[in-house]
Amino acid sequence: MHKAIGAALLAFSLAFVAAPARSADKLNDAQIAHIAYTAGDIDIKAAQLALKTSKNADIIAFANNMVADHQAVNDKALALLKKLNVTPEDNDVSKGLVAQSAETQAKLAKLTGAEFDKAYAANELAYHKAVNGALEQTLIPATGNAELKALLNTGLQIFQGHQQHAEMLVTMLK
Amino acid sequence: MPRPGILAALSLAVAFAALAAPAEAATIEVTIADMKFSPAAIAAKPGDTVTWTNKDFVAHTATARDKSFDVMVPAGKTASLTVDAAGTFDYFCKFHPMMKGSIAVGE
Repeated sequence: MHKAIGAALLAFSLAFVAAPARSADKLNDAQIAHIAYTAGDIDIKAAQLALKTSKNADIIAFANNMVADHQAVNDKALALLKKLNVTPEDNDVSKGLVAQSAETQAKLAKLTGAEFDKAYAANELAYHKAVNGALEQTLIPATGNAELKALLNTGLQIFQGHQQHAEMLVTMLK
Repeated sequence: MPRPGILAALSLAVAFAALAAPAEAATIEVTIADMKFSPAAIAAKPGDTVTWTNKDFVAHTATARDKSFDVMVPAGKTASLTVDAAGTFDYFCKFHPMMKGSIAVGE
């Protein structure tokens, strides 16, 4: 894997996990929902890049599943927020996620073939680890509304599946 | 008029077909909910049909470890598989590999 991407990923994971941990007591449900939605949206964009770039059948199947699953979870989240009359609220954690992902996307976009496949799979593994860790340890415990908490818990189970799937891909592409 | 050899072969074939046809092919139902196969372990006889009903809002698969089957179960839908070969088949969801199940097909 490219050193630059590795470094960016590490910085990304640390920033993501550390930021909500610092301000956990200050995050409200509208912000938590925004973070979860943004995290899903970022993964959809990464998958779309993979679908455009990769020729590997396993990577393509994984990316198609990322688009479908994250879209499904985000649609559920939007429907629930509408029902609860909550408007997702942008915040520093979401902004940090978007900034980091733009960097990662730019780096991935320069790669092709097996180099891309390996970097994408490694990125997906690291990204799901970071997001799942943040959801489990920080965001879900901080969520007030029971229905939103339940949806985030379901999301976490789905995303833990993605993490395992990504792990299989990383091992296979070695 | 058919030769006796052929007649014998035909009646033998009919007899075998009658023997081989399962007396009553059963349908075994597995529910997928909250990222789990339930029941996770099922027993079946050759000729039985296994149906998976996916109550989750994301798609799952029932994919055999030995690659002998790969059934896609879309969100909110049902999909099925007729089992023929005897043996124990461990399967998982290839999208969410921690979801595991098994089918024991016995005579």
